[in-house]
Parts: sequence; structure tokens; C-alpha cells
Amino acid sequence: MMGSGDIITPLVMGILLGGLYALIALGLSMVFGVMRLINLAHGDLVILGSYGGYALMTLLGLDPIVGLVISIPLMFLLGFAIQKYLMGRAFGISSEAPLIIAFGISLVLQNANQILWTPLSRALNTSYSNLSFSIGLRQFPLTYLLDFTAGIIVMLALRAFLIHTYLGKAITAASQDKKAAQLMGINTKRVYGYAFAIAMISAAIAGVFLGMTFPFTPTSGVSFLTIAFGTVIIGGLGSMLGTFIGGIILGIVQTLGGYFFGPASQMLIVYVIVLVVLAIRPQGLFGR
Amino acid sequence: MSDKPLLRITNIDVFHGTFQALWDVSVEIIRGETLALIGANTSGKTTLLDTISGLLHPAKGTIEFEGKDIAWLDPYQIVELGITQVPEGRRIFPDMSVLDNLLIGSYNGSARSKKSQNLEKVYQHFPRLQERRKQIAKTLSGGEQQMLAIGRGLMADPKLMLIDEMSLGLAPIVIDELFKALEQIKERGITILFVEQNVRRTLKEADRAYILETGRVALSGTATELCEEDRVKKAYFGVEVCGV
Repeated sequence: MMGSGDIITPLVMGILLGGLYALIALGLSMVFGVMRLINLAHGDLVILGSYGGYALMTLLGLDPIVGLVISIPLMFLLGFAIQKYLMGRAFGISSEAPLIIAFGISLVLQNANQILWTPLSRALNTSYSNLSFSIGLRQFPLTYLLDFTAGIIVMLALRAFLIHTYLGKAITAASQDKKAAQLMGINTKRVYGYAFAIAMISAAIAGVFLGMTFPFTPTSGVSFLTIAFGTVIIGGLGSMLGTFIGGIILGIVQTLGGYFFGPASQMLIVYVIVLVVLAIRPQGLFGR
Repeated sequence: MSDKPLLRITNIDVFHGTFQALWDVSVEIIRGETLALIGANTSGKTTLLDTISGLLHPAKGTIEFEGKDIAWLDPYQIVELGITQVPEGRRIFPDMSVLDNLLIGSYNGSARSKKSQNLEKVYQHFPRLQERRKQIAKTLSGGEQQMLAIGRGLMADPKLMLIDEMSLGLAPIVIDELFKALEQIKERGITILFVEQNVRRTLKEADRAYILETGRVALSGTATELCEEDRVKKAYFGVEVCGV
């Protein structure tokens, strides 16, 4: 994975990998920022996006990125339905109920994927999966560059949506003060449905790029949920730009950690940094 | 004062969980008037406003707005009918710009099409909001934040405006400015129901008032009538206030 004795290679790899981490974390960040819900199923919903891409590729022969045209609307509807029929009701029961529902969704998805796809590891292999690009004399996998580009595009799109559209402003308002938003005529239940659905669009996209970069199994969601947590803790929950920068930092810490201390300790170093950030600045580096 | 009330609340009981906050409360608001709700903390004033706004629902009794039963509508439906609330503590959206705060006020269907006219009117009432429209809301002073909260409420194009504890924590000169704005708003034909702890000021500004005590309507009437009540004098003013 790393060039020997050369710090530039792990640094660039870390930045590019961070774009993928950000892409995975954006939906988690959005759902938390708006609904104060820690969506424990987020990693599994991302992996559902990976399997969606896999299904479209193997059954219809679609390129995974092209397949998003089909999987994005499906994930949007799934997200709206989860919020409307499960989370929305759970919010009415108690503040813990949505967390337990999310955990339940996570288990259902893992087991369903195991039945549908077996526990074998899958990957979204395309004609361009093994291509690389070079900066100077150094070679990097093309998929990493695609991940990074997708991360930037999704982050900028979500940001623009939240800042410039009426629905985006309403989502932002509801996240800052739910009661005031209700008093301003915002149907918060519907706005929450849209927020969850839009987070699922980003999960669908993240799933495809993740699947093109790493092999995945029905239980991979758990480890990517952990990475997404780390990302939003560093960047600050709810801020799209902060989440993106959090992803980049996490990616760099991981690859440089591996470079200096060996690949075995790279994730350990990541989570030590996450703990340090939590202790010093619990709202994240860019959080309010 | 004549014709049918704009809002008629009849014998409502309202609970917070198992705690009963309002007992058999009846209130009428006539179109065009300025009505005050007076009472100590925990007397149920905010509960009453939140029930009108649809955040809470009565266990008993009815709430009619323009003859329509609204007791079980959701808050966003109440706003669409033309009732807007300026909540206690202002509750502006702190990290959004002044202009975005105002635009959110016109989120509901019918108000959105009138947003540029209403924005102009808000800027007439509060020119300072126009000067600061690009500023992040939390950087405004307390008085300016209250102006923003009222302006945001006006953007919903209301027929009835509920204003909770407008003058809390503000300097007298700012309070004067806000009450002057309320007068202009009233002249535009918007009915106002406001809640205050500052009784003296309230009776000066309101046409009529209701006094709430521990969740019940203790007294109601015009400002002069209330001043003549011995109980009111003792409980709320001290004699010299009412003499003026």
C-alpha cells in the first residue's frame, strides 16, 4: 500500500482515502445534525448500497456508477419510509427507542444480506478498477481518486442544498431549534423524512465507491460505521464541510500512522486521535 | 367591541404528562384587539399559547379559530390558518443569517407567495434588520434578536400573533421601541395576544387582559376594570400604579 521511505505517497493516499471516509460519514452526520439520532444502521445502509451496486452489475451488467441511477431513488424511498414508519414513531415513544430501532435495522440488514449474498466477500470489479494514475513518479489507484472526487461532489451538493433551497433551510432550521421550526410552519415530521432520505442518497453513493475500493461482506457495515463515527467526531456532527475535513484528517492519520508505526497500529492511532479530540473538543474541530 | 371572536377557547384542560397545567380555561379574542395574558411564572401562560399553536392539545374543551375547530391540528397547519407564535426566549435560528431566519418564517404555503411584500413590511417596522440582513443571527443584540423573532413571525402573514414574554431581559428603551412596533402591527389589522410579567406596562398597551393563576382564569376585563379590582391591586400593582 505504501512506498518505502517516502512520506508523500502515504500522505496522498491518506487524503484520497479520507474523501471516501467523508463520503461514508456525510449521511451519518446529516441525520445526527438534524434529528439528534445516532443512526447505528448507517454502516449497514452504506453496505446495502454496495450490494445494490453488486446486484445491478451482476444481474443487469450495469457499471456500478451508472447503476446509481436506479439505486439512488430506491434508497431515497427506503430512507423516507424508515423515518416515517419506524424512527418517527419511535421518537414518540422515548428518546432511546430510535437508537434501538436503528440497531434492529442494522441486524436485519446484516442477516438479510447474509442470506441473499452469503458471507463471502464481494467486490465491485470494473474495467477501470485496477488502473492507476501517477503524480510525478508515484503511482496511485484510480479508484481512490474517484472516491475523493465523489466525496467532494456529494459534500458540496449537500452543502448547496442546505444553504440555498427552501427545504434545505427548513432542515437546517429544524436542526437548530425544533420547536421554533414547528412554530414557523415547518412540518418537522416531513422534513425529517426528507433529511433521512437525502442521507440515504449519500449512503447509496458511498456504498458504490466503497465497493469499488475495498471488498465487503454482510458485516462490513460495522467497521465502516466506526470509521464514520471517528470522522464526524473529528469534524463535528452536522457540518458537511467539517465532516469532509474530518474524513481527510482521519485518512491522513491512518496512513501516516501506518507509515511511522507499522500497518498493524494504524487504526489504533486513528482512535487515539479520536479520543483526544473528544476529550479536548467534544463538539469536533469544526462543530458549533 | 362587537361581532364573533376571532379565537374562542372554551373550557380547556391541558396536561404536561400527568401534571395538569390548565384547568377549565376559557378565553376569547376579538378581531383587531390587543389582548394580554398576565400571570406569574408557572401560571400556565406559555402552556396556553403552546396549546393554541398546536404543540399541545387539550384533554377537554374546544379551540375555534374563525369558527373552525383547531384543537387537534399540527403546528404547521395552525400557522397555515394564520396563527403565528413569537416564542419565549426568541428562539431565532442562531447559526442562520438574519435574512434566512426571516425567509423561514414564510415557509408555509400561502405566505411564501407573499414573501417579498412581507419582507418589505418587516424592514419598515425594523429597519435595523435590513441593515443586518446578512449577519449571523446569534451575533445580534438581545433587542435586535427580539425584533428578528417578531419579524420572522410577521413573515408567516398572520391574522393572529401570539407573543410570549417579549420584553424579558431587555432595556426599557428597547421595550419602548418594540411596543411602538406592535402598535404599527396592530394598525395593519393583525390581532395580538401577548404574555407579559410586566403588569403595569401590559395594562397600558392592551385593550383587555386575562389574569391566570395556577392554571385558571382568575379575572378578565379591560385595563380600567382590572385596576379597580382590589385583588388585582394587591396582588400585582401596588396602589400607586393603578392611580395613574
